[in-house]
Amino acid sequence: MDNVEALKLKIAELEHKLKSLASKNVREKIEVMSSEVVDSNPYSRLMALKRMGIVNNYEDIRNFTVAIVGIGGVGSVTAEMLTRCGIGRLILFDYDKVELANMNRLFFQPHQSGLSKVEAAAETLRNINPDVDILTYNYNITSVEYFDDFSRILTHNSLNNGPVDLVLSCVDNFEARFTINAVCNEFNLTWFESGVSENAVSGHIQFIVPGETACFACAPPLVVASNIDEKTLKRDGVCAASLPTTMGVIAGFLVQNTLKYLLKFGNVSNYLGYSALTDFFPTMNLKPNPNCDDRNCVLRQKEFAAKPKVEIVKNVVEDDKPIHEDNEWGISLVDESVENDKENQNVGSGINLAYTLPGRGVGDGENSKSDDTSLEELMAQMKSI
Amino acid sequence: MVDESTRKTLSSIPLLKTKAGPRDKELWVQRLKEEYQSLIKYVQNNKEADNDWFRLESNKEGTKWFGKCWFIHDLLKYEFDVEFDIPVMYPTTAPEIALPELDGKTAKMYRGGKICLSDHFKPLWARNVPKFGIGHAMALGLGPWLAVEIPDLIAKGVISYKEKTG
Repeated sequence: MDNVEALKLKIAELEHKLKSLASKNVREKIEVMSSEVVDSNPYSRLMALKRMGIVNNYEDIRNFTVAIVGIGGVGSVTAEMLTRCGIGRLILFDYDKVELANMNRLFFQPHQSGLSKVEAAAETLRNINPDVDILTYNYNITSVEYFDDFSRILTHNSLNNGPVDLVLSCVDNFEARFTINAVCNEFNLTWFESGVSENAVSGHIQFIVPGETACFACAPPLVVASNIDEKTLKRDGVCAASLPTTMGVIAGFLVQNTLKYLLKFGNVSNYLGYSALTDFFPTMNLKPNPNCDDRNCVLRQKEFAAKPKVEIVKNVVEDDKPIHEDNEWGISLVDESVENDKENQNVGSGINLAYTLPGRGVGDGENSKSDDTSLEELMAQMKSI
Repeated sequence: MVDESTRKTLSSIPLLKTKAGPRDKELWVQRLKEEYQSLIKYVQNNKEADNDWFRLESNKEGTKWFGKCWFIHDLLKYEFDVEFDIPVMYPTTAPEIALPELDGKTAKMYRGGKICLSDHFKPLWARNVPKFGIGHAMALGLGPWLAVEIPDLIAKGVISYKEKTG
């Protein structure tokens, strides 16, 4: 009996300890972002962007909702960066669990193994910055049963119950990218596609404004040329390699361009690639394909064509004096810009299409005949073979 | 890209016509009929060629498929459960075929036992939308995967022969 009492005491003591540990260093919510430079202000260095003239409206970041699909090597780091930047609301989608095999990437920790990625991420992120409102959805967006819910959340769950301001695709497969593409085309949502190659040494981000830039279905996926002989690539025994470095670089690109898009500073890249082996960073613009297979993409293209074009006003800072008084060597700038995008096939240097789509189809072959047999009969026939 | 025997098998699987996915209601029913007709023909061909290697059936909506596949190695028959969902963007995106009982036993799988398809599969599929169906996914995806992986897994002792009843 004494033992039981002693154990109970011990439990009480430990519970108390746990509570004090948990409450230690938990920061309270902050109502308004302050630019005051004090050690206790988590936003001082971000608000300093205003004083430096980089961003005019940093505190607006709290009004934005960003959805991240795929909370893996890229998505989790993306979520952490946006959380630290003080984004208004984050909506996280993933159906997977944290595994020890994920530990070569950033963000998740071994003790989180077994937890769902979205739940584990939300806990860490709320701890980092309780001002960010985080919603989590633990399901597979490519499955028929969750598709409608996925669409509904993207179109209704922003901070003002409207469509989200931006969707970030951080998924690792074609099916999920295609699903995001379909939803974004249908509901006119702006999104970024991102990816890291299966050999872990290249990656890219692509900015997709339905109707305005190429969608994911406009052309076969683009791949950054790896400059290694494909035949020397050993694929035996594994599906995918990954590096925290490449994923970190891509997450950084993604969030940097997200901030530029949301807070309207700098230029947002339409396509930015990264080849790790050669430290090569191709960029380019992609026009939508008028014959895109996705009818919503074609619809958005028509809407965009009908809209009056916004003239991009360039802020040219006129300098009174020439930079150099004299030009002894006769150095001058030569316009090297090439007219590109004549067609989508003409992709930038160092970037290839993952595959080409020749005249559709394999040609001859017996078509499956559709006759009067009902589906039920066919199902029964299949079962009875 | 595709070897001669696969090409031959492929050419005997009836192609499909209707480009429709599970969101397309009546058209999906039409597509599903074509899928079943094509699969029935494929299985019959396999039986005639003494190369019967799988059975599949689906739920009523045709969105979830399940069944068995088997592989003969040294005169012993190794049988595995097969399952996959029809993705919402089908047939533009191919189904991800899974063998759940082999999950974690080979690196050539994604989580949940989804098989790792060759580099060639997706481009080939993309070029043949909407003509390719489930039968083609089995012939080009699962068939070659089993032929490479199962002998290897048996040799490594990861899977062993189980006497099946019936």
